Amino acid sequence: MAAKRLGQFTVQLSSPRIVGAFTLMGPREGAGPLGRYFDAIVDDYMWGEIQPEKAERKYLEHAARRALERAGLRETDVDYFIAGDLLNQIVSSTYSARSLGVPHLGIFAACATSALGLGLAAMLVDGGFARRVLVATASHYQAVERQYRYPIELNIQRKPTNQWTATGGAAAVVAAEGEGPRITQVTFGRVVDWGVKDANDMGSAMAPAAADTLLRHFSDTGTTPGDYDLILTGDLAKVGSKLFRVLAGRAGVTLGGKHMDGGASIYSPKQQPGAGASGAVCSAAAILGYVLKEMARGRYRKVLALPTGCLHSPTTWQQGESCPGVSHAIVLEGA
Amino acid sequence: MDRDRDAIDGHKEYQRLVKQLAPKPNAAKEAARAFLVGGTLCLIGQFVLDFFRRTQPTEGEAIAATLATMILLGVVLTALGVYDTLGEFGGLGAAVPITGFANTIASAAMDFRREGYVVGMGAKMFLIAGPVIVFGIIAGTLTGLVAWLVSAVSG
Repeated sequence: MAAKRLGQFTVQLSSPRIVGAFTLMGPREGAGPLGRYFDAIVDDYMWGEIQPEKAERKYLEHAARRALERAGLRETDVDYFIAGDLLNQIVSSTYSARSLGVPHLGIFAACATSALGLGLAAMLVDGGFARRVLVATASHYQAVERQYRYPIELNIQRKPTNQWTATGGAAAVVAAEGEGPRITQVTFGRVVDWGVKDANDMGSAMAPAAADTLLRHFSDTGTTPGDYDLILTGDLAKVGSKLFRVLAGRAGVTLGGKHMDGGASIYSPKQQPGAGASGAVCSAAAILGYVLKEMARGRYRKVLALPTGCLHSPTTWQQGESCPGVSHAIVLEGA
Repeated sequence: MDRDRDAIDGHKEYQRLVKQLAPKPNAAKEAARAFLVGGTLCLIGQFVLDFFRRTQPTEGEAIAATLATMILLGVVLTALGVYDTLGEFGGLGAAVPITGFANTIASAAMDFRREGYVVGMGAKMFLIAGPVIVFGIIAGTLTGLVAWLVSAVSG
């Protein structure tokens, strides 16, 4: 009997806290509506590099090191480094792990990486398998564009459903002891595919996964939207958010003003005329930048964060397959 | 495979909902922008052709010089980081003229230069333009064959 399991998909935790976090974002993200919540903005989004992959790595590694500083720790103080990104073979994570010298758990959940990482870290800490775990992710517009879509300078007209990959890195330290909001529940989601084939419409592909995890979480924990001060989805953006609310509504769950989406919030409509932002750092920055700071100020006490990831690859898309989505949920509670 | 098809067939209703809620592009606005960008590029091309008609000995040479000039313009605008903005604004108005074709090659060359001249730029600069060239040659060959057959039959 697994004593910490709650219902079919959820686990109940008691000890883990986020004791330090750092969000390090690009200039475009810094100029957006959430800009003032980020810990640092890099003026040059290529960060002096010619290769965007190197720039992405720099964002991830610097965010990780700054999060350690915030927690008052050194590399040797953490037991595991959990990281993931969007590039093939998650190179930004592994190359950062190379210089950190901490046992590394590489993860992939596309843009849901932040919740998968935080959830795993919280479970390791709560289970007594680690004292402190460093979690990080990053994404870079150019690196992702090159891998998933087209050359940067190509004349392409984006569709209204298109999302713009956010540039930046975000990291957090999860520990059993210290000050900071607690991670009290984790609901890892199923991979859900409702047959959306358009890789330019990831919000629509991911909305069913977000709704699935949301409803699973509510039924496992016996909670309703009324129990939370904020329900934050990752990067469904405008199009996906609308579908998510429709799907939740069909199951009798009204989210009302409690729902906010990271992808729809990172850029102003003027900055990005399409659906909004995406990228692994999108939900990470919304949680570790916006949510943590608003929790510290006392605006939110209990937050359900459910980042979403679109799990297709350029190859599966070219082969005509649909885009599977996944959503992992964590519950954050103020001290 | 069958499981994939089940997943997709089982959610036809959702796929309809996605289509229904998707933001619709403003066709009139898009067409006007495409006309503006494409028209301006063609107008520049016409001025260049008129110039070369006065300076080149034959019509054929005037056209060749015009194409070379417009290709250069497309490459320069790509290198300056302007052409992708033109494409974002003008859509096919920027893509269809020969400057757009030049952009597909120059943008890929710039992008993959970062992996070196041989395995990067050399191997991948025709990533976007490649299919256009391949099927262009096939279509040209077939058309030429038909024209030759017609002329052979009609004597």
